[in-house]
Amino acid sequence: MSTNIITPIDEVGAQERVSRLFSRSIKNESKVQALHLSLSMIDLTTLEGKDSQGKVKQLCYKASHLHDSFPRLPTVAAICIYPTMVSVAKKALGGTGINVASVATAFPSGMADLQAKLDEVKSVVEAGADEVDMVISRGKFLRGEYAYVSDEIAQVKEACGDAHLKVILETGELVTLDNVRLASDLAMDAGADFIKTSTGKVSPAATPPVVLTMLEAIRDYQLKTGKKIGMKPAGGIGTAKQAVQYLVMIKETLGEDWLSPDLFRFGASSLANDVLMQIVKQSTGHYQSKDYFSID
Amino acid sequence: MNKTIKWEYSPAPESTDHIELKKQYNLFINGKFNAPKSGKYFKTINPSNEKTISSVAEADKTDVDKAVKSAKNAYEKIWSKMPAKERGKYIFRIARLLQERAREFSVIETMDGGKPIRESRDVDIPLASAHFFYHAGWADKLEYAFPGRQAKPIGVAGQIIPWNFPLLMAAWKLAPALATGNTVVLKPAETTPLTALKLAEIIQEADLPPGVINVVTGAGKTGQAIVNHPDVNKIAFTGSTEVGKYIMKAVAGSGKKYTLELGGKAANIIFEDAAIDQAVEGIINAIFFNQGHVCCAGSRLYIQEGVVDEVISKLRKRMETLIVGDPLDKNTDIGAINSKMQLQKIKSYVKMGTKEGGSIFQSSCSIPKKGFWHAPTIFTDVSQSNRIVQEEIFGPVLAIQTFRTVDEVMAKANNSPYGLSGGVWTEKGSKIFKVTQDIRAGVIWANTFNKFDPASPFGGYKESGVGSEGGIEGLSGYVNMV
Repeated sequence: MSTNIITPIDEVGAQERVSRLFSRSIKNESKVQALHLSLSMIDLTTLEGKDSQGKVKQLCYKASHLHDSFPRLPTVAAICIYPTMVSVAKKALGGTGINVASVATAFPSGMADLQAKLDEVKSVVEAGADEVDMVISRGKFLRGEYAYVSDEIAQVKEACGDAHLKVILETGELVTLDNVRLASDLAMDAGADFIKTSTGKVSPAATPPVVLTMLEAIRDYQLKTGKKIGMKPAGGIGTAKQAVQYLVMIKETLGEDWLSPDLFRFGASSLANDVLMQIVKQSTGHYQSKDYFSID
Repeated sequence: MNKTIKWEYSPAPESTDHIELKKQYNLFINGKFNAPKSGKYFKTINPSNEKTISSVAEADKTDVDKAVKSAKNAYEKIWSKMPAKERGKYIFRIARLLQERAREFSVIETMDGGKPIRESRDVDIPLASAHFFYHAGWADKLEYAFPGRQAKPIGVAGQIIPWNFPLLMAAWKLAPALATGNTVVLKPAETTPLTALKLAEIIQEADLPPGVINVVTGAGKTGQAIVNHPDVNKIAFTGSTEVGKYIMKAVAGSGKKYTLELGGKAANIIFEDAAIDQAVEGIINAIFFNQGHVCCAGSRLYIQEGVVDEVISKLRKRMETLIVGDPLDKNTDIGAINSKMQLQKIKSYVKMGTKEGGSIFQSSCSIPKKGFWHAPTIFTDVSQSNRIVQEEIFGPVLAIQTFRTVDEVMAKANNSPYGLSGGVWTEKGSKIFKVTQDIRAGVIWANTFNKFDPASPFGGYKESGVGSEGGIEGLSGYVNMV
């Protein structure tokens, strides 16, 4: 690929590409298929200081019983929670095939020393987390200490053992698409299984040009190394329409191999219900009130 | 898990039940639709399925004479005497009516010409009404366009427009002519006359005084009658260089003013330090927009050697995602070729390119059986000496060469009888300024391509034309300075 170490991204061009992708019109069969696929790609998320064990248990039940009155719906891919909730979730999800993803490495700021981060990662893996969502040290990245950031990711990857590592770039703090691209390349080189846009705690979270830039980085990485890295946009994706638009973006940027929960996830807390409403609407022809869809 | 999912887009056709088309269209002369004197009509077909949409009157010399007389009469008695701000109101009215009926016009444009609805809906029709809005504003402000001088209208303008952007080209020509106080005889192309005739209906609805705009349909002979009519004071033509040359000869010594917007073979230059993914998107827009039926299309691509493999492999991948098919489907990227004749011309160039030793790549899209279609095509291993590099193909065919130094690529970019447009892709600002100063072309885009605005003049060097359209420069083609 390019001899350049830094791959420049033109923001205007990226935005135009997004507009063109998002003008695809997804109707009928293809819409129904996309909605089902979207559900199966959700990392159902609760990341609040006030999270209770009860709330996490309820969320776990919802994860495998999205809308029982409607037949043949998939389950979500994983639930995403804070470290202290891992054992609760693991127990609640037993036998469902749904993964437990835990945030770690002093989420969301990442402002802790490396050893503390590694200890946290080891403890969530021991508690049964299948996936670890780490944050990069944005302060170091923005100061140009790329080697530090890269080394940190590599060590966290090692601490993960068999657990899958998602690396959160927190693109809202990286500001430019040039930085998003550089951080994506760096994370993939250091061993990320997934790259993820945001913690959901910083605004803007997953914006379409950011997601496109990261998908293009994944595509180039596969061309270079043959390895398929996963992608997880998170934060700000609350509607079925947005979810379907992102599926179009994946299909036309990475191809259909990535249309799978193995390689693509939505980090979202409220997306599932909007998708469910659309699925029911496609089937019955009319919208139901939100009260017909459970909140967990 | 890990099973690959097939996910195809279901058809999403734009509905056609809301459009109104007559079985037969007459000539729009002096505010009314009149049958042609000869009684002759020709068919206009949908190039995506070869079905007849409507039949359209063929104007001969007598009909053109009638149209010119009515334009002359309207010019002398009404339009040139009307206060400029009143003229402006009419143009605003046309702009608004067009905007209100944008959906109908988009569908008709797509049916008659074959271009994807995505483009007629998002580019052609909105830009056409933008041109009317922009020029409506100038009508009573011409003293600011030409400070210190007095701009007087010319008289009757004969306007001959092409088939690639039928309504948009009509707007480019009508709007400045009306704003400056001229009257018009307009001839749309014979393969795409319908939106101009629908525009005539809007003109009626807008209560424009009879004769200010006349629309005569027909082929080359009709155009010839307009060009040679002694009472026509100005010719505005967009089309082939060949016809442009004929017009220059025909009007020589007649005192007629003229503006010609002709062919092109634009160089699109990708430097190593460009944002490659966006540049690839730019290449796609430059050559495959409107099936390549664009005079300013970026049909000669120059890639700096360090990124050749990357650009070409990404370009091929991107070409595979282009959807070729039903122009009315909202997901279609590449529609039908405008006519059988044009398709044959494109095919003969592709054959020539292969015969001359170029390496061809075409996307593996499936192509409908009926209608006129051509897959997106690129040629590598070609040189300046290949005819497909030199001549305008006016189709979805791109010729790719490589280069090492800036000087080398500048020399090659300018090594063309055309000089309409150009494109440069680099993240380095200083390089943009150097290249854009050195390319002899009317419009040069940096890190983008095919962007149009009514305020921005458009026109070419060398065999690409004479004069400009759009902006203040465009207005100056419709006035005499006192």
